[in-house]
Amino acid sequence: MLSRVANSLFWMSRYLERAENVSRIVDVNLQSLLDYKTLDDKRIKEQWEPLVNTLGDDELFRSLYKKSDSHSVTEFLTYNEENPNSILSCIISARHNARAARDQIALEMWEEVNRLYLFIRSKETKKLWQESPYDFYREIKQSSYKLQGLTSATTIHGINLEFMMMGRFLERADMTSRILDVKHRTLQDAVCGPEEDNNTMIECAAVLRSSSAYEAYQHTYVSGVAPKKVAEFLLLSDSFPRSLRFCVRTFDHFLRKMTGSDPGYFRNEAEKLSGRLLAELNYTTMNEVFAMGLHEYLDHVQLKLSDVGVAIFETYIFYQQTDLAKEIEYQKQQQSQSQSQSQSQSQSQSQSQHQTPRQKQQQ
Amino acid sequence: MLFSKYQAEEFFDEMFTAEGQVRPHYKSLQNRFDQLGVNEFDQKRQAVDLSFMRMGVTFTVYGDSEGTERIFPFDLVPRIIPNKEWEYLQRGLEQRITALNMFLHDIYHEQRILKEGIIPASYVLTAKHFRPEFMNCKVMRDIYIHICGTDLIRDDKGQYLVLEDNGRCPSGVSYVLENRQAMRRAFPNLFERAGVRPVDNYASDLLNTLRYVAPNGKDNPTIAVLTPGIYNSAYFEHTFLAKEMGVHIVEGGDLVVRDSKVFMRTTKGLEQVDVIYRRIDDDFLDPCVFRPDSALGIPGLVNAYRAGNVSLANAIGTGVADDKVMYYFVPRMIKFYLGQDPIIPNVPTYLATEKEDLKYMLENTAKLVVKAANEAGGYGMLIGPKATAAEVKDFQARIKAEPRNYIAQPTISLSRHPTYSDLSQMEGRHIDFRPYILYGDKIRIMPGGLTRVALKKGSLVVNSSQGGGSKDTWVLYGDE
Repeated sequence: MLSRVANSLFWMSRYLERAENVSRIVDVNLQSLLDYKTLDDKRIKEQWEPLVNTLGDDELFRSLYKKSDSHSVTEFLTYNEENPNSILSCIISARHNARAARDQIALEMWEEVNRLYLFIRSKETKKLWQESPYDFYREIKQSSYKLQGLTSATTIHGINLEFMMMGRFLERADMTSRILDVKHRTLQDAVCGPEEDNNTMIECAAVLRSSSAYEAYQHTYVSGVAPKKVAEFLLLSDSFPRSLRFCVRTFDHFLRKMTGSDPGYFRNEAEKLSGRLLAELNYTTMNEVFAMGLHEYLDHVQLKLSDVGVAIFETYIFYQQTDLAKEIEYQKQQQSQSQSQSQSQSQSQSQSQHQTPRQKQQQ
Repeated sequence: MLFSKYQAEEFFDEMFTAEGQVRPHYKSLQNRFDQLGVNEFDQKRQAVDLSFMRMGVTFTVYGDSEGTERIFPFDLVPRIIPNKEWEYLQRGLEQRITALNMFLHDIYHEQRILKEGIIPASYVLTAKHFRPEFMNCKVMRDIYIHICGTDLIRDDKGQYLVLEDNGRCPSGVSYVLENRQAMRRAFPNLFERAGVRPVDNYASDLLNTLRYVAPNGKDNPTIAVLTPGIYNSAYFEHTFLAKEMGVHIVEGGDLVVRDSKVFMRTTKGLEQVDVIYRRIDDDFLDPCVFRPDSALGIPGLVNAYRAGNVSLANAIGTGVADDKVMYYFVPRMIKFYLGQDPIIPNVPTYLATEKEDLKYMLENTAKLVVKAANEAGGYGMLIGPKATAAEVKDFQARIKAEPRNYIAQPTISLSRHPTYSDLSQMEGRHIDFRPYILYGDKIRIMPGGLTRVALKKGSLVVNSSQGGGSKDTWVLYGDE
C-alpha cells in the first residue's frame, strides 16, 4: 500500500475515534451538571475547565472566549473550527483522509463518512445541537459505531485493516487516559486524601460514562462505584475494550501483524516501544500508580503513546521530503550520464518533533 | 402529461419531429414519463441530487475559500441514440482516432504529411503543444491517444458534426457511469423494456487498454492513476476510475524515479510502476523538462519515459492534435493516411492565417463563433450573434494580433432536447455529446457517453463551469 494512503487510513480512524470520544465527554459533562445539589458559577467553571485543559488548547480557548461555562466550552469542543480537536474539525479531517484513501475503503464507508460530514455541516444540525444536544452527540457517536461495524464488515484483513485498527486503538488509549486525567484530582484525593467529597460518586460515574464503561464496571465490581477501582478499571482492565491496557494490547497485536514478529520480540522501533509500554501496563499495580500520582502517571503514558505514534510514522510512512530543486538537479545529471550506475538510496532520519503529552497529536 | 405542452420550435429536436410527432426510439420513454405527475418527477429529481451529494459525486468550485463542492446538475430525461445512428458514429469515431494516432506518430517521426505539403509545416511546428524534444521517441505500440473524448454536435438538420477532439485528458466519463446508476435507482423498471446497452464495461476496457501498452509487453504490469490531488475538480473521477480498475491512485509525491524507472512509495518500500494513466497535463508532468515550478510532477519521469521503462496514457505531445488549427486539417489527415473521406464531417472552419478566411472572419465576426486555438472549457470563445459590439471589436483586434491563435466557425444551431426546467415543465435545451474512445489492442467505444446540456434557456454553452448539466445517454440495441 502507498505510504501516503496508509497514513490517511490511520488518521481517518484516529479522527473518527476522537470525534466519538469528545462527543461522549461533552455529553456526559452536560448531563452530570444536572446531578449537583448546588450549581453556581464556580462549580460550573470547575466542571468545564479541566475539559479544555485536557482536550484542547487552553491558550487558544482563552483567546476566543471570555469565560468557561457550558456554552463556551461545548461550542469550543464541538463547532469551533480553529480548535483542531473540535468535533467539527475532527470530522473534516476524517473526511479529508477518507477522500485521500478513497480507493482503499469500501463505498459504504465513504458514504457514511461523507454523510457524517454533511450532517455536521448543515444548518439544521446546528439547530439540533442547540435545542437537543443529547440527540446531536448521540448521532455523532452512532455514526462512529456504524463505521466501526463497517470496518470489520467490509475491510480485507491485511494492511488496510491494520492501519485502521492501529489508528483506532492508539487514539482510544490516548482518549481514555485523558478522560481519567480530567478527574485526576478527585480520584487522587479520594484514594489518598483524608476526607471524602460528596461529589466524588457523581464524578466517578461521569468518568465511567465518558468511557462507555458504567455498565461494564458494574458487572465487574458488584460492590458499587469506588474511585480506586474506577481508575483501575479504565487503566488496567485486561478485558474492557476501552481500558488503556486493552487498547495498547490490541494496538500491539495489529502492529506485529505487519511484520509477523512474535510478542516478546521486535523488528523495529515501533514494535519495541509498543511492546515496552504494553509490558509496563501488564505489570503495574494501582498502588504504584497512585504513589507516583495519577496525573503524573497519565502524563507519562501519554508521552509513550505519542512516541509510538511517531515511531509508526517513521517506520512505515515517512519518506524523506524530496527537496525538489535537488531532485531536479539529480535527475538532470542522470540524464546527462545516460549510462549511470545504480544509485543506492538512503533514507535519512526524520526530523519529526516529539510532542508534549499535553497536546493531542495532529496529522 | 409532462410533454403535452412541449414545443420543438425551429430547432432540430432529438425527441420530436418538426410536426410534433415523437421519434420512434423515444416512444417507450414518452409512455413511461407520461404516467408521472410533476410532483412525482420532482421527488425523483431531489432524490437523485441528494444521492449524488451523499456519495460525494461532486466537483470542487475553484476560487471558493471554503472548498465548496457542487454536484454536476443532472437532468432526468435521457438522450436516446438508436442503433443505426450509433453504428454510423462508431465508424466515424474509429476512423478519426486511427487517423489522429497515425498523424501523431508521423509528425514525431518522418513528418511525411508535412513533407508532402498536405499540412503546411509551419502550422505544426508553431503549435503550442507540439513537443519537438520528443521527436523519434519510441512510444509503446505506437499509440499516442489511448483515451479520446471527441465532442460531437448535431446541426439544424440533425447531421452529426465533430466539434473538437480531446486527445489529452478528456474528463467526464465517471459521470456517465454515475448518471446511469442514478437513472437505474430513479426508474428501476424502465431499463429492461427499453433495450439500453450497458456502459459498465468501461473500466475493464480501460484496464485492458492500459495493460496493452505496458513496457516491453510486460505480462502483469503495475498500473497507477496519477492525479493532481484531492483538491482537483476531477478528483472524484480519478478515484472512481482507480477503484473500478483496482489500481493505485497516486499523487506526484508518491512517485520517485531511480535508474530511469518509476517507483511508488509504499509501506513496504519502493515498488515499480509500469503504466501511468495520468490526469495531469504535459506541462506539469516533470519539472526537469517542463514547468520547473510544478509541484504536481515527478522529477525524472520523462527520462524514464524516454528510456521506455514506463508508459504514459495519453502519450506526451498529443496536445498538438487538440489545437483547433490542426482540427481544420483532420479531414485531410483521414484522406492522406487512410485514403478515405471523413465519415463524420467537421464544422466548417476558417483559419485566420489564410488571407481569404481572415477577410471573411473580420467582415462577419458578429455572425461567427470565434475560438482561441488552445483553450478549452468554453473559455477564449466569442459567440458572435450573442456578443456586444465591444466584444466583437475586442476579438477582431485579437485575431489581427495573433492570427495563428484564432479560428472561426459559423454559428451552428445545436440540436435541442426536452429538459426539465426551473418552471417544472419540459423545455427544449441545447445539447452536445462526448463519446469515449479507447485505443489499445483494438478500438473500444463505450456504447453511451456524456450528453451535456445548456440548462439556461437559449444558451449554447454546455460546460459545467458555465451553467451546464448532463443527461444519461442511452444507446439502444435496436432502432426503437
